[in-house]
Amino acid sequence: MDFEYLFQLLCGGLVKGSIYALIALGYTMVYGIIQLINFAHGEVYMIGAFVALIISGVATLSGYSGLSVLIVAAVVAAIYAAAYGFTLEKIAYRPLRGAPRLSPLISAIGASIFLMNYVQLAQTPDFLPFPELVPEFEFMEPLLQYVSSVDMVILVMTALTMVALTVLIKYTKIGKAMRATQQDQVMARLVGINVDRVISATFVIGSVLAAIGGVLIASRTGQINSAIGFMAGIKAFTAAVLGGIGNIPGAVLGGLVLGVAETLGAGYISSAYEDVFAFGLLVLILILRPAGLLGKAVKQKV
Amino acid sequence: MQQKTLVKIVAAAFAAAAFAVPALAADTIKIGLAGPHTGDLAPYGLPSKDAAEMVVAEVNAKGGINGKKVELMVADDQCKPEIATNVATKLVSEGVNIVIGHVCSGATKAALGIYKDAKIIAISPSATNPPLTKGGEYPNFYRTIAPDDEQAKLAASFVVEKLGAKKVAVLHDKGDYGKGFADFSKEAIEKGGKAKVVMYEGIQPGAMDYSAVIQKLNKEKADAIIFGGYHPEASKLLSQMNKKRIKMPFVGPDGIKGDGFLKIAGKDAEGVYATGPMDVTKYPLNAKARADFKAKYGKEPGTFFDQAYAATLAVMNAVKVAGGTDYEAVGKALKSSEVETTVGKIKFDAKGDAEGVGFAVYQVKNGAFGEVK
Repeated sequence: MDFEYLFQLLCGGLVKGSIYALIALGYTMVYGIIQLINFAHGEVYMIGAFVALIISGVATLSGYSGLSVLIVAAVVAAIYAAAYGFTLEKIAYRPLRGAPRLSPLISAIGASIFLMNYVQLAQTPDFLPFPELVPEFEFMEPLLQYVSSVDMVILVMTALTMVALTVLIKYTKIGKAMRATQQDQVMARLVGINVDRVISATFVIGSVLAAIGGVLIASRTGQINSAIGFMAGIKAFTAAVLGGIGNIPGAVLGGLVLGVAETLGAGYISSAYEDVFAFGLLVLILILRPAGLLGKAVKQKV
Repeated sequence: MQQKTLVKIVAAAFAAAAFAVPALAADTIKIGLAGPHTGDLAPYGLPSKDAAEMVVAEVNAKGGINGKKVELMVADDQCKPEIATNVATKLVSEGVNIVIGHVCSGATKAALGIYKDAKIIAISPSATNPPLTKGGEYPNFYRTIAPDDEQAKLAASFVVEKLGAKKVAVLHDKGDYGKGFADFSKEAIEKGGKAKVVMYEGIQPGAMDYSAVIQKLNKEKADAIIFGGYHPEASKLLSQMNKKRIKMPFVGPDGIKGDGFLKIAGKDAEGVYATGPMDVTKYPLNAKARADFKAKYGKEPGTFFDQAYAATLAVMNAVKVAGGTDYEAVGKALKSSEVETTVGKIKFDAKGDAEGVGFAVYQVKNGAFGEVK
């Protein structure tokens, strides 16, 4: 048994998993509050990456360098994505709030396809190079075989986001309002919660997370195009479901399990079947635990 | 019912007309030109038609070959094998002497048996499926384009002979093009016996991360990588390898030899090898043919124009040398008489592949591909 190789694979798997988790967090938060699978989440992630590409280009030309470019690009991307999330909810989901659950789901798929094609037409269908916005830290040099600087930033960011979201939902006023909205929208309205605003805020937060994920992940892969959101969305959705959709730590656990399973499968068997391992695992877990790893079984009201 | 009868009458009239025309023009050299001229794949067939028409017009303007005018018989097969057999039968029944075509490998294969039975030579500008010549089943078949496996063989021999690799990793993107290239490379390396394929794997196109494959490359201690696929995956692999400070020669097919790769891979592209079609624009005849086309149509010629132009020139030359359109004599002339064409000076080998056309290895240096001598 080659432990060095196993350890490298495990590290790679954790990084890959936290990439999935970073996107899955926003996905699962929106689901947790309004029980809507926001299929356009992946597209908001893609738009975040595009905005960051443009901003970093402008910032680099105006003489900024290093971390400041990353921060400026991420902030602008987050603002843009927040605007997209806000508008998306207003146009595609709010009119369907009282409708059967299938209607907003179809609307979400439509929004996803619309955004993907919109970027393709407005920008380009080609791949574009994405700059390495995360600088290579000196102190990471000895660990290179396991995690690079940008990997480290993604790992830390995922952990921070998870903690921050948990705190936000558990201990803040808006978090309390979110939980109330989740439990019963009519009742929440009766006790004076502005449900529309709470839901808008949920989408804005989710989109900001997607954009930050987009910036970090794109600067790791080094290329973007208008279709990257699709696969990212599918994998993040898988991670969210695996961990129990609606559950914040579950999304991270689901992402990590997914990433490690894919990497070990690819490392020891064949990378040709990477997706087979990912989705095979999903099927297996859903058979054994239909609500996901950390999900609570919802009792059916009769 | 009545309508159907009408259709039949019209069809019969057309058929009669089709048979009538060649009967009138008796003493000509009849060259068939078959390929997709309508449908989705027409862009691959129409440039061949343009090329053949240009060459034939030029030959006829100079009085034809050995005093005989050349007549071009254009037939549309839409790249569909079932239509190609009909087209071939029609051309044969109309007394075609030599066929230029077909364009798609599938359609070519379907038509070749019919030409073979009728002892008619077919020369394709574009059918790259290797067994068409190498299978030995169709001695009447020639082509002016290199077969698919040539590129992979070149990559394999380059890695083994020039780079001296002993352990080669072969990766592909699981698509027809990439996997085909990878399979042929692997086969060539294993047949050569000088190096071993230590890793042969498909990767997930569009995936966000290839760290597992890269760790595996590192573990197998490969000396070089042959990658079958397109530039987005190649760039991602290279960038992640560089981040892990894993350096090994990387050889890709013509799918990565382009500006797209240079742009996206950026500094990671430096030193990467790619095989690609030999540069044919350096041949004077090529420049002239392209200039003529541009003057006539006001645009750049399309795909396979060069190869079709070359095929038509080769046919004209062979007929001239053979002194007629006899099957054996023309075949011999194609194999023995060198002719100056748009793809260089060519003649055909025993199997029917053009000698001297093919691929070259290029390497990225200072952000541009340059031929490796």
